[in-house]
Amino acid sequence: MDDERKAELDRDFSELYRAHLRDVYSYAYYRIGNHHDAEDLTEQTFLQAYRHFERAQRESDGRPLRPWLIRIAHNLAANYYRDRARKPTAALDDAGPISAPHDTEKLVEGRDELQRILAGVDQLPDDRREALIMRFALGMDNREIARALGRSDGATKVLIHRAIRQLEEIVKTQEAAA
Amino acid sequence: MTDPMPGDAIDFEQLLRRALVPVEPPEELSHRLETALVELTELAADELESWELSAMRDPRNWARPVAAVAVGTAAGAALVLLRVRQRAQRNKSHGVRGFAARTARDVTDEARKLLRRD
Repeated sequence: MDDERKAELDRDFSELYRAHLRDVYSYAYYRIGNHHDAEDLTEQTFLQAYRHFERAQRESDGRPLRPWLIRIAHNLAANYYRDRARKPTAALDDAGPISAPHDTEKLVEGRDELQRILAGVDQLPDDRREALIMRFALGMDNREIARALGRSDGATKVLIHRAIRQLEEIVKTQEAAA
Repeated sequence: MTDPMPGDAIDFEQLLRRALVPVEPPEELSHRLETALVELTELAADELESWELSAMRDPRNWARPVAAVAVGTAAGAALVLLRVRQRAQRNKSHGVRGFAARTARDVTDEARKLLRRD
């Protein structure tokens, strides 16, 4: 690879990194459930991405690379649980998200409800939980989520629909029990 | 009679959006990751450059450039980052500027160790 091409690749990777660091971190945080391991997962994701970036860019045919990046994080998260034989058993870090765009009053008002939703998300099967994280935390559309999960657009639409319905049921049950 | 479901569904999705807000990565992570990527890229390129000119035609010297390439791979890079992270955690209390300088130095040192190993 000549110097000019390498410099171009590095520039493109740098843009990808800047554009999606928050996406990868958000995905990792909601997927793993704590900031420490989310940092590790984010690091590993970008190192893997850097390694395979040239090929991914060549094969992307101009399509956005965010689904590819999230797919790397998805695979690493699966390895994380398999290798360490552990699942997220606790709720997300008590500290909560670092940058929540709510004003304080609304946050306090809806806090219990939001906590119930987050707890409910944790109870979903992995694929449903991931689909919801991608849709709502990362703002990915159906097509992007489908590419990240390696599914068809139709199957992804059904997956998200079922995930929302199941989560609603979980939250209702929690509210009834409270 | 109206069907209450669509409205409910929209409300629930709005709640989900509020619950799953994007999370900003810690500044320390951004800095560490950027430093590591830059250092690893530059180091591997430098190693390859200097060896390509003088030694690449001699097969006995191939192991070292191969190791330089490996530094750019996830396994090598992960190892470097892991060691750097361990040191960074020990040094956490010494201020951001000092941390940045040490991190850059640590990444370089660890990558060099990997190169020497072969």
